[in-house]
Amino acid sequence: MSDATIWIIILAIGIGTFLLRFSFLGLLGGADLPEWVLRHLRYTAVAVLPGLVAPLVLWPGATGGDPDGPRFAAAVATVVVGYFARNVLAAIGAGAVTLYGLLWLTGLSG
Amino acid sequence: MARSKPKNTYLMGIRDALPFLLVAGPFGLLFGVVAAESGLSVPQAMAFSTVVFAGAAQFAALQLIMDNAPILIVVATALAVNLRMAMYSAWLAPWLGAAPLWQRALAAYVNVDQSFACSAVRFEQYPQWTVAQRMAFFFGVVTPIAPGWVAMTALGLWLGEGVPAWMALDFAMPICFLALIGPMMRTAAHLAAGFTSVALALLLAGVPYNLGLLVAALAAMAVGARIELWQARRAAA
Repeated sequence: MSDATIWIIILAIGIGTFLLRFSFLGLLGGADLPEWVLRHLRYTAVAVLPGLVAPLVLWPGATGGDPDGPRFAAAVATVVVGYFARNVLAAIGAGAVTLYGLLWLTGLSG
Repeated sequence: MARSKPKNTYLMGIRDALPFLLVAGPFGLLFGVVAAESGLSVPQAMAFSTVVFAGAAQFAALQLIMDNAPILIVVATALAVNLRMAMYSAWLAPWLGAAPLWQRALAAYVNVDQSFACSAVRFEQYPQWTVAQRMAFFFGVVTPIAPGWVAMTALGLWLGEGVPAWMALDFAMPICFLALIGPMMRTAAHLAAGFTSVALALLLAGVPYNLGLLVAALAAMAVGARIELWQARRAAA
């Protein structure tokens, strides 16, 4: 692929991505949205983020897509602690400890 | 309770972003490494990380460039991967829409998974924040992340070799986002939306261009909104 082609690709993706990011925020401005739209938007975060990471948890790239015990357990520990403790840093800590602990243990046995 | 000044929400944003440096760092490093291997020039790789500023889309585009795919396919794939950011934009509109246009344009440039996710937690936690305070928080989140992302891309280009495997840094990103998701599950409607999202995203993982995630997200939003409505009606009855 030529240098010029790659530059065109970078610029096109850059402009397109900006327009996606700007879209509603830029064009709607402070306009009031109907209640049913707001009701749907309230669930944006819990609708996108779990689906974004679920495949990475079940089929991690590091193992070539094979399910991995320590990674799965770390994901469960992170969500459970986050849910019950309502604390993001505690959840990250629980996930990290579980991941490194189990990777170390499985490394010992393997 | 004393009202916090915009400066304070800015610092709060920086603080909330720090765990995500662990994510952006290795991810940016890896992009630099792969870009160097793919034969991209240094200015091209740096332009990718500054102009596009979207990890997953950059990796997808790079893979297709290496496969010599047609330009249109490369661009369309990367944009499809970034479609979720239009949803973030829609979510942000009621919270930040009253800010001046130049601020909204700047916010759009740094409207990424991390700034959205951190804002989703704090804006709903502190609904009394002014638009200026929300904007300050939003920019606070990207203050460490954006330079970190670009700097780590440069480091990866320079190092040209992978991060040691034992560090398992591939999993820093899932853990950081999962940690945010737990506290977001405040009601049955949130839980139902989350489970719908996971189930459909896994079921539709084979759909090309990451479009499965979009379908999963839209369906999950509909489920959350529907359950909220049912609960409100039952409470009113």
